[in-house]
Amino acid sequence: MPAQASDTTIIGGGVVGLCTALGLLQAGRRVTVLDGADGDLRASQGNFGLVWLQGKGAGFAPYAELTRDAVAAWPNFAAMLQDVTGTGLSLDQSGGFEFFTDPVELADFAADLERQQAYLGNRFSHEIIDGDKLRRMHPQIGPAVVGATFCAHDGHVNPLRLLRALRRAVLALGGDLKTDAHVTAVAEAPGGGFDLTFRDGTRHGTDRVVLCAGLGTSSLAAQLGFSTRVYPQRGELLITEKLGYRLPFLSSTIRQVDEGGIQIGGTKADAGPDDSETLDVMAGLARQAVSVMPALADVRVVRAWGALRVMSPDGYPVYARSARHPGAYLVTCHSGVTLAPLHASVLTDWLDENSNAPDLEAFDETRFAISDAA
Amino acid sequence: MKPASRFLTRPDQVGVVHMTLDGEALTARPGDTVAAALLAHSGAASRQSVNGSSRTAFCMMGVCFDCLIEVDGQPNTQGCMTLVRDGMALRRQRGLRDIARSDADA
Amino acid sequence: MRDADLIIIGAGPAGMAAAATAAEGGAQLLLLDEQPRAGGQIYRDVGVNGDTRPFLGKDYAAGRPLVGALDAPGITAEFGATVWRIETGRRVVWSRDGISQVTTAHHVLLAGGAQERPVPFPGWTLPGVMPAGAAQILMKSAGLLPRDAVLAGSGPLLYLIAAQLIDAGAPPRALVETQTAGMMLGASRHLPRTLRAAPTLFKGLALIRKIRAAGVARHTGASGFKAVATENGDIEFGFTAKGRAHRLVTPLLLTHQGVVPATHMSRAAGVAHDWCEAQQSFRPKTDTWGGTDAPGLHIAGDGAGIGGAEAAQAAGRLAALDILHRLDLLGEEARDQKAAADRAALDRALAIRPFLDAAYPPPREFLAPEGDTIVCRCEEITATDIRRSLDEGANGPRQVKTATRAGMGPCQGRMCDLTVRGILAACGTPPSTPRARSPIKPVKLGELAALASYQETST
Repeated sequence: MPAQASDTTIIGGGVVGLCTALGLLQAGRRVTVLDGADGDLRASQGNFGLVWLQGKGAGFAPYAELTRDAVAAWPNFAAMLQDVTGTGLSLDQSGGFEFFTDPVELADFAADLERQQAYLGNRFSHEIIDGDKLRRMHPQIGPAVVGATFCAHDGHVNPLRLLRALRRAVLALGGDLKTDAHVTAVAEAPGGGFDLTFRDGTRHGTDRVVLCAGLGTSSLAAQLGFSTRVYPQRGELLITEKLGYRLPFLSSTIRQVDEGGIQIGGTKADAGPDDSETLDVMAGLARQAVSVMPALADVRVVRAWGALRVMSPDGYPVYARSARHPGAYLVTCHSGVTLAPLHASVLTDWLDENSNAPDLEAFDETRFAISDAA
Repeated sequence: MKPASRFLTRPDQVGVVHMTLDGEALTARPGDTVAAALLAHSGAASRQSVNGSSRTAFCMMGVCFDCLIEVDGQPNTQGCMTLVRDGMALRRQRGLRDIARSDADA
Repeated sequence: MRDADLIIIGAGPAGMAAAATAAEGGAQLLLLDEQPRAGGQIYRDVGVNGDTRPFLGKDYAAGRPLVGALDAPGITAEFGATVWRIETGRRVVWSRDGISQVTTAHHVLLAGGAQERPVPFPGWTLPGVMPAGAAQILMKSAGLLPRDAVLAGSGPLLYLIAAQLIDAGAPPRALVETQTAGMMLGASRHLPRTLRAAPTLFKGLALIRKIRAAGVARHTGASGFKAVATENGDIEFGFTAKGRAHRLVTPLLLTHQGVVPATHMSRAAGVAHDWCEAQQSFRPKTDTWGGTDAPGLHIAGDGAGIGGAEAAQAAGRLAALDILHRLDLLGEEARDQKAAADRAALDRALAIRPFLDAAYPPPREFLAPEGDTIVCRCEEITATDIRRSLDEGANGPRQVKTATRAGMGPCQGRMCDLTVRGILAACGTPPSTPRARSPIKPVKLGELAALASYQETST
């Protein structure tokens, strides 16, 4: 395995691919990032920007651990990106709420957080807050809210500036970013390494290939001998006009972007590749936001959109080395923002097979085969 | 000094509508839009952009949103799409809009 | 069960003509317009102005019968009605007085018309700089006359406004034209076809004669526009013409580089668009009846390609005839028969278009500006910002938007889409149509939330 001085090609120029590239570049590797067309499904351009821990991995301890590590690594990561690119990300990790209007849902989620607490011990803390106490803390909260959970580790960034900073950082560190580079085929090259074919018929040779292509992953994964298939899950979002007023809280469904707009989201739908915004969901999101904070009623929505999450079969990340094609790797997840600092650091050690590489065995795709057999 | 209106007003209109702009009296003609009334009144800025530069109404047809103004307590109202009315209270916006305060905040 | 046979969006020449034809053919229709009164921009307030503003001319007064014809059985007209979503299922969501409602119909006709092409240059956001068409709207709707204005740019509308101002007793201080003799010469190859539009051409020549006779200073071949504010709030307008730098001080600089289809609504409705090189604009793809690839959705008038008011009326009637046919209210043969006169009128009205498009092309400095010129007025994003995002890998309108925030303000890109496209094209990126989404005009969260309960009770 020629780990040193090798060429690595990252297929996918979103947050996951760029973070992976950034880590390799910082370790001195030569890296090419292949980005697709403007109209591709780009989860990195439609997301909510949460750096979120609460509820993550309630049913899967390794994911809870991974997310906890990522959240802890964010301040240094944001500072590094600011240093390298001059782009501030407006990282704010002062804690986040989940609001509930249904007491049963609150109780269910509280039970999830108990499991997460058991996994993480003193590396995690959470609170359950009843509605009246919540309204004493934040009088803006509406009467329909029966309670909330709060986790002091939660936060958010400006996701579009994150994407731009990552691009700038990859370029600043000498990475080669190719756009409109749609890979249609990937195969092992006769003399070692890999041979990639682009849609226009041109080709690109590389020693290693890391597949970070989001919803474009599945067909190339198959060609590299991976069994993982990802599927889209639609989320819809609203954003309002900018406010001078500062929202006094952050939640997983209502947050204020540093520029001033209130972003509202959190829906999940199985709609195939359709990223449309729909009237029912837009109205439902608005109703949810107004019930959490009635004063938002007179604030105008200026944009709505649908975006497609990249979901693995069990929803957790996949970090896999190809058994059949050494030098080929698969990296896919739907929490590319939260996990960004790890993708730009310890994932490098894992790709380079360094002695200090983290144990990512639990995230190998073999887990799907096991669960299929069970 | 307040810049004079950049427009001449034709004398072919009858009637008068009484409003206020930042608390001071402002008259307009029935059927005018708020944006037209402001342009007839003075050449001064009627709004600040997100970065604080001066703007006045621009496209006059609801496209550009440069005529945003607070109308009867409603911020970011399109002045070029809103007809004047007796008693209307207009306030020019400086900086981003605020949110309506709930009683609990007061 | 549908609420109406047809919903027409826009009460300008295309929408009004379509409404009259459709109603006459027996359709029950809802006509929605965002403005307080019928007319669109070209015939704005023609119904209430009567004969009080003769300086606006005979072509303006010609809109009055169209407004009068809206008072017909079968037509329900709603004004102050802002459409913010059109669904392929022919549901139209619109807002008035802070309340949104959903109306269904068998057919939808978009007649949203045009908007002025953005004319970006250093200083175009200053108070005292406006589009010329905006000033004309003020002349029509408020009786306001630009004071000592400088008209700058290109296109027949500049001549018309100059002539109207002369007739109103408020002549412009100067007319600064960007077009050159060469452009006019290049356009002359279209003249043989244009002969069919001789009346239009003569009208234009008469306007220019009037401007000359009034002694209005004229500069041609102007470039390098720049506006700065003087101490007392006037505009100092700088430009170069015939190799000489000029400076004009004026309370009001009115610019114009033609009008373009307002495609936000049609793009958000999912209609396929292409790029029209001759008119330097996005344009929905339509068939000869105005039909689109979106089922049940027609587009007529300037929103489907700039043709002017007479072409818009003809196109509106053609779309209405086709919709009547699809509603089984008119046989195919009868449709085609009735359409003959409108097709002839449309051809006549469009005959001059290739000449106008070639004679008054928008100069590159406005299509693909450079430096500190603001491109996105809402977010104050400059041409340099846009170009830098391209250097960092943005390779289309969507990535420019997400990288720079150009187009993310309340106008939703209406004032910068074309300029971003121009810069992308100038930098070698093949053009693609930017996506638009609902709500196509801002809508309050409370209003949207109320719609949730509406839907629950109605389904």
